[in-house]
Amino acid sequence: MFPNQFEYQRPDSVQAAAGLLAADPDAKLLAGGHSLIPAMKLRLASPSSLVDLGGIEGLVGIDAAGTIAIGAMTTYAMLRDSRELSRVLPMVTDAADNVGDPAVQARGTLGGALAHSDPAADFTAIFLALNGSVDVTGTNGTRTIGADDLFVDLFTTALQPDEIITSVSFPAPDSGTGMAYEKFRHPASGYAVVGVAAVVTTGSDGNVASARIAITGAPSKATRASESEQLLQGKKLNDESIAAAAAAAANGLDINGDHFASEEYRRHLVGVLTGRALTRAAAGM
Amino acid sequence: MAATIEAPELLVGQPIRRREDPKLMTGSGNFLDDIRLPGMSYAAILRSPVAHARITSIDTTKARNMPGVIGVFTGEDLADVNPLPCAWQAAGVENNVATPRLLALGEVRQVGDPIAVVVAESVYQANDALEGIEVDFEELQAVVDSREAVKPGAPQLHENAPNNIVMHWTCGADAETVDKALAGAEVRVSQSVANQRLIPTAMEPRGSVGLYEPATQEYTLWATSQAPHVHKLVVAAFVLGIPEQKIRVIAPDVGGGFGSKIFVYFDMPLVLWLSKALGRPVKFFEDRTENYLHTTHGRDHHTDIEIGATKDGKITALKVSTLANLGAYLSTVAPGVATTLYGRMVAGCYKIPNIHVDVKGVYTNTAMVDAYRGAGRPEATFVIERACDLVADATGVDPAEVRRRNFIQPADFPYDTGIGMLPYDSGNYVPALDLALQHAGYASLLEQQAARRANGGRKLLGIGVSSYVEVCGIAPSKWIGLSGEGWGAGLWESADVRVYLTGKVSVTSGSLPHGQGHETTFAQIVADRLGVPYDDIEIEHSDTKGTPFGFGSYGSRSLTVGGTAIYKSVDKVVEKAKLLAAHMLEAAPEDIVYENGKAWVKGSPDAVKTIQDIALQAHVAYDLPSGMEPGLEAVTYYDPPNCTFPFGTHVCVVEVDRDTGNVEIIKYVGVDDVGNVINPMIVDGQFHGGIAQGIAQALYEGAVYADNGELITATMNDYAIPKASMLPTYELDRTVTTTDVNPMGAKGAGEAGTIGSTPAVANAVVDALSHLGVKHLDMPYTPERVWRAMQNGNA
Ligand SMILES: Cc1cc2nc3c(=O)[nH]c(=O)nc-3n(C[C@H](O)[C@H](O)[C@H](O)COP(=O)(O)OP(=O)(O)OC[C@H]3O[C@@H](n4cnc5c(N)ncnc54)[C@H](O)[C@@H]3O)c2cc1C
Repeated sequence: MFPNQFEYQRPDSVQAAAGLLAADPDAKLLAGGHSLIPAMKLRLASPSSLVDLGGIEGLVGIDAAGTIAIGAMTTYAMLRDSRELSRVLPMVTDAADNVGDPAVQARGTLGGALAHSDPAADFTAIFLALNGSVDVTGTNGTRTIGADDLFVDLFTTALQPDEIITSVSFPAPDSGTGMAYEKFRHPASGYAVVGVAAVVTTGSDGNVASARIAITGAPSKATRASESEQLLQGKKLNDESIAAAAAAAANGLDINGDHFASEEYRRHLVGVLTGRALTRAAAGM
Repeated sequence: MAATIEAPELLVGQPIRRREDPKLMTGSGNFLDDIRLPGMSYAAILRSPVAHARITSIDTTKARNMPGVIGVFTGEDLADVNPLPCAWQAAGVENNVATPRLLALGEVRQVGDPIAVVVAESVYQANDALEGIEVDFEELQAVVDSREAVKPGAPQLHENAPNNIVMHWTCGADAETVDKALAGAEVRVSQSVANQRLIPTAMEPRGSVGLYEPATQEYTLWATSQAPHVHKLVVAAFVLGIPEQKIRVIAPDVGGGFGSKIFVYFDMPLVLWLSKALGRPVKFFEDRTENYLHTTHGRDHHTDIEIGATKDGKITALKVSTLANLGAYLSTVAPGVATTLYGRMVAGCYKIPNIHVDVKGVYTNTAMVDAYRGAGRPEATFVIERACDLVADATGVDPAEVRRRNFIQPADFPYDTGIGMLPYDSGNYVPALDLALQHAGYASLLEQQAARRANGGRKLLGIGVSSYVEVCGIAPSKWIGLSGEGWGAGLWESADVRVYLTGKVSVTSGSLPHGQGHETTFAQIVADRLGVPYDDIEIEHSDTKGTPFGFGSYGSRSLTVGGTAIYKSVDKVVEKAKLLAAHMLEAAPEDIVYENGKAWVKGSPDAVKTIQDIALQAHVAYDLPSGMEPGLEAVTYYDPPNCTFPFGTHVCVVEVDRDTGNVEIIKYVGVDDVGNVINPMIVDGQFHGGIAQGIAQALYEGAVYADNGELITATMNDYAIPKASMLPTYELDRTVTTTDVNPMGAKGAGEAGTIGSTPAVANAVVDALSHLGVKHLDMPYTPERVWRAMQNGNA
């Protein structure tokens, strides 16, 4: 539990931070440190230098009027405790309350969670289901990455080595939208063995106008259950359509297994939790 | 009683708040890693990444030249130092003993085996330098499962242990007799069960600090220890060969142990050896993964049970055959735990006429297994309590009723089970069972279960009952010792009670805490018995310099053995105080009454000498009865006549999610009988913690090794210790059946919660699935395992 030697830097602007990353390919950003520092203590990660985002102003905060914009350094605890957020995106406040434990919630950040792309993280699925996007800044300027493009693989995102997530945006949900996140916690780590985030909007005809369902824990990166989404499109959201969507949720997914939960069992859980998430989403419309 | 004598406010029986807690809860504790000595250096251990290999070469050149490095040593450098001893071998049979060296010499036999040590100026530098050591291995086949290890052709761990067998031990009636009884039984059930391997996970991992002072040739060892006196003896006399009077062992505040800190570990002699070699104090403190890899584990039994019964559920025969995985080497008391504390307890609370127990200890390429909270009794209780439910299932008799029909009756005590345990001292099992069933609402639960099954609900209800008896206060020396059960020494305890000139009291105790609250409980006993204010009493412990010998805290023995030594020392002090009071009051000693710290002549309660008056007189010493020595102090070496046998019944109610296999405990009732209770809050605390660990074995915990010997559950990310949010509210109650083994009538409470709970949860989970055709399921009941059982049950 003793990390290798590293330098520590605390720049005061995003541009300066990007410059430090560009100058040293072995440098890493430090946000809440609740993924990075455990990895360093196990010497699974040995960055030459930590570039702490904590000294940069403007990266923390929640703006829930219209499009929801959340600073990258906003912690789970802030998400959890935000009244305005709980009105527009109740799934976000719920899920934040379900990450790790209060200590993790006090330090872990939304930007860090998305940039880390842990296969068992909660907010990757939330982000995907809510069709979020991230604003990033690198030495070559800024750009926006959409939900479907951010996660590339296990612990791998579309970010360039010198790019920093500065804020995370979610479209304001249309009326008639219900959302729920169902998580099956690992009893040791507290991470998701399987997590399913479902966001469903019904039109004035009472039929599903859009459905986004994202799975975490089972595949190597948060992934949408496209077949289930298509099955729901244009249908009434009822026991029957939910059961059909649940049954299809794991189709086409590449699912991991380990000693605690095999591939087969995780596949089964994806179905069960998809059914539960959709049922709760329907109830919350 | 006359007016001057106030009615006493007795402390024994009161939930006095723990006097230890203000210090611990304000961060003022002094744990091992808090120790800072001038000139301190830091040791880090290079550990084997492979489970079984010959070491072909070790090159430490690079490491020696790394920044801050003071010294690097390997097994070759320590070739003259004895291996650690095994102090409790299985009695009456041959033990093929192989114990660990301080650092591996030529071969490694488990992942985590220490290969080399680096000592550096800082702990970071020491850890960095580990990467500068190059080791070449010739890898050998590994075996991790005891059932595989005993098969012909399995990889062999030790030359002196053919087929990896440590020992083969039996107890009870001979096998043929029991086979015959089984063959003649009206109902016969057999079942293989596993009691999975657990990792103790004390809040504080282990470590040691060694200091050698050349001027006086004295060694001081600070260690995370449940038994500092034993560690002093073993390290001095058996490992390093240094005079016992030249070594002092101090256990600072110790953050839990659950048994894992009873044993002698490589680092204890190593830091002393290093301190002498390098002329610097040396600290070693393991990290959590080292703790998981190499500090002892618990349980890991594979057992075949055969049980015979009458059609109405009376058990007529029991045959138990167990493979006990003891790991890569023998830890300090491992064979004894797997035999005496396990085999001799399989009868549980029941009168069973024909019992045969067969235990084989087995070496595998895994961490050493030794006592873990309950030590043998959880394994025994799991066997007999699962067996009772199997009998219930086979006969159709209600599980609670099976227990009731087989219980040892109050008139039978002291009761000899006939399998070599000392006679159970006292017991009354029916009231605890009835009370537990009543608290749980057993009859109504059975109705709810039937209704749910009829409705085909998605939440399956399961009800589990477990009645247990366990053995505490392990002693007497004559029984447990070498000529008896094979323990390498006695198991007495000692304590000194000293009343100072000012009337204040110091108790020095060989028995010591590692979180339990000895200072509070012991002071309550002294306050009542001696009649001095509670706050005037100091309980001193944990430093071999200044405390009399003790064998340590484990086996729920501190109160019954160590506490009794204190109790008896107080009585001796009172005897002397009465003699002196008689002198002061100019009366005959036999006419003196002593109560609540006051002495007076029978019939004349107005002329009182307080214990403070008497203590002053004893110390100034210018007016003592002729022949009386000054001072007011007494020491007792106490060796009890028997063990104590607390008991109880736990009832667990679970809901199993038909869709995911997730198990939730919706009700938990424990009714326990630990005899007289000194501090009910502390006893409740012991039960809360014990039940948490017992539930965790049933639902969450389990060490998992890959076939190649890699520990998959090597961090808390993978090994599921229970969080408060994962545990139910406990409904606890007590019955009180005293014992005459000790004058306090107390039995011991440290392990009973763990022992009673695991089978209650197991029986509940199996019960929830029983209508699907499930008769047994191995722990832990992870969601997938339960889900699969429901799939196979096909409903
Ligand atoms: C005990 C424990 C339990 C946990 N349980 C859960 C759980 O149940 N569910 C769950 O989802 N997570 C869990 N986590 C992980 C936690 O949520 C992490 O904090 C989070 O995933 C990462 O956020 P962070 O701010 O701590 O990032 P850090 O650890 O600081 O960084 C993580 C990675 O992201 C990079 N990074 C950080 N910020 C940015 C940025 N703005 N732009 C670009 N790159 C960046 C870093 O360089 C690093 O590579 C747990 C962690 C712990 C220690």
